[in-house]
Amino acid sequence: MIIQVQNPAIEVHDLTVSYDKKPVLWGIDFTLPQGCLAGVIGPNGSGKTTLIKSIMGLLPSNSGFVKLFGKNINDVRDFVSYVPQKESVDWNFPASALDVALMGRYGKRGLFKRLTKDDRDTAMDCLKQVGMQDFAGRQIAALSGGQQQRVFLARALAQEAKIYLMDEPFIGIDATTENAIIEILRNMRQQGKTIIVVHHDLQSAAEYFDWFILLNTRLVASGSKEKVFTVELLQETYGGKLTLLSQIGDLLKEKSFPVRE
Amino acid sequence: METLLEFLSFSNPNVRYVTAGMVLLGICSGVVGVFTFLRKRALVGDAVAHSVLPGICLAFILSGTKNPVLLLTGAFISGWLSLILIDVITNKSKIPADSAIGLVLSVFFGAGILMLTSIQHSGNAAQSGLDNFLFGSAASLMKNDIITFSVLCFAVMVTVGLFYKEFKLISFDRDFAFATGLPVRWLEILLATLTVLTIAIGIQSVGVVLMAALLITPATAAYYWTNQLPTMLLYASLFGAAAGFSGAFISYTAPGMPTGPWVIVVVSLFAFFSMLAGSKGWLKRVMLLKKNRQKILAENLLKLFYHLGEPENNFLQSRTLHDLQEKRKFQETDLNAGLKFLIKKGWLQKYENGWKLTTPGKSEAQRIVKIHRLWELYLNTYLKIAPDHVHEDAEAIEHIITPEIEARLEKLLQRPEVDPHEKGIPYGS
Repeated sequence: MIIQVQNPAIEVHDLTVSYDKKPVLWGIDFTLPQGCLAGVIGPNGSGKTTLIKSIMGLLPSNSGFVKLFGKNINDVRDFVSYVPQKESVDWNFPASALDVALMGRYGKRGLFKRLTKDDRDTAMDCLKQVGMQDFAGRQIAALSGGQQQRVFLARALAQEAKIYLMDEPFIGIDATTENAIIEILRNMRQQGKTIIVVHHDLQSAAEYFDWFILLNTRLVASGSKEKVFTVELLQETYGGKLTLLSQIGDLLKEKSFPVRE
Repeated sequence: METLLEFLSFSNPNVRYVTAGMVLLGICSGVVGVFTFLRKRALVGDAVAHSVLPGICLAFILSGTKNPVLLLTGAFISGWLSLILIDVITNKSKIPADSAIGLVLSVFFGAGILMLTSIQHSGNAAQSGLDNFLFGSAASLMKNDIITFSVLCFAVMVTVGLFYKEFKLISFDRDFAFATGLPVRWLEILLATLTVLTIAIGIQSVGVVLMAALLITPATAAYYWTNQLPTMLLYASLFGAAAGFSGAFISYTAPGMPTGPWVIVVVSLFAFFSMLAGSKGWLKRVMLLKKNRQKILAENLLKLFYHLGEPENNFLQSRTLHDLQEKRKFQETDLNAGLKFLIKKGWLQKYENGWKLTTPGKSEAQRIVKIHRLWELYLNTYLKIAPDHVHEDAEAIEHIITPEIEARLEKLLQRPEVDPHEKGIPYGS
């Protein structure tokens, strides 16, 4: 079940991506409508993070392309925001919460240019939106996991983007923070922003998202909640990898064969 | 003392050059090293430092002179080559990064030593002093060298200033930097160039063997004092400058001394001292732990006074050492220290041959007993822990509960009367 839409925010076309010569995403092809809050769902190792990184152009692909508002990612980076997994950075880095939120302004400002007072005000305002204004000057290592995640979100908000790609923003945080973040995401959707979130908890997924991308190396389904979030499709997503496909993947790696000619 | 004054007067122009050069180098490697440190590339820095040797030797063999610009160019090229090689080996082979670094370091350094030895045996008179590149000799710096170094150091500093925010972002979160559209690859090449350049500048005075230490150690020392990148850069450059100055001074007083090892000794002392006494250092932690122990001891004693008073509802009565020890066994030294601490706080006073709680002391003691019993009840009610298992837990947790948590506990449990052992929970009047 793959529902295609007109004028998509994101179009992923026949995307195949390998890690260490083995395909982790295989022929992914879907369109995402504008103004949706989409969940990327799938078991561990199903390629969720790889999908997000590929859309951001952080990984080389074997085949296919990604378009955002019909354009190449490199032409629209100004209004696409990426929230990496919290564990991907060293939080002992000498910086304050405000410093990190300000990093969301670097792209807007560009090379050589200094940050302005406007940037500071925006960053401060974003910290406020995530309830972190009292911790602006706090060293990031001294923040709790939930607070660090909020700071990452503030940095993304400071980018004032139209499309947001978030990798597991709800991992390792408390329920209060999770509720606060989902509330912010809903607000963003109301303002017409498109948000795509990698998520692993099925229970809350049903409640959070209105669009679903079910992934297990291959695309199992993509579409609105009513059509796609069904027991049948979820079972297919979590029912293990297609054994034949995994076998081919292993063979490709073993024999160092190209994934595409 | 006289030597120091003579040195500080800078009447000797050579002293002036050498000192200026060393201080500048210290600042430069301090600043660049902060980024090397934060990007966890210290080992790569070491490999590059060792790998500049064959470049220097080759430049000498080809030109036959010790022209600083030529030697620097040679050093720069072979330093960059080693960097590329490490990258290629890591990405294109199954050899892991640490092995690739070790491999490149030893092969390049070995080749350098080989060339150096053959140059020394070649009978070329111009080669004397080339072996200074191993451990460095500030005294061998000439006016020309210093001018070259100064220009390069200045260029490095200006570049870091221009790209400060970009370097900061790629050091903290490379993927995000890329995602926002910064030319990450290009910035990395620029930063690597600055690092190789700094190393190349430093080798004549500090030597290839120890140059990596001058890159990393000031940053390490600075890291223990601050949580702000600008401050860290400032401190690292100050530590670097001070070490460079000391190195210049020592090689002035004892011309036979190699400069490199002395600079490193000084900067290592800074780092060692910072690890101990820095605001993120070991001593701070020890003091915190000591303060915690003191708080635990004092609160346990207060609680003891309260417990002794409970049966007769007489909390302000004087208690002797014997009374206290009978109820709960303390180490004698701990007990004395704790009592003294409580008197100083105004919670206890000496009375006849014992001690008694003051009124503020009593309410503090009551607060702790209250928290203890509230926590026991919380464990019993919400964690379903049996009443005979909750005491140990509460003994520890009572010391860390803040007034906010105390208020929440009270509200959550609806201001209960008794704990799971049917003991009354005392509330302030």
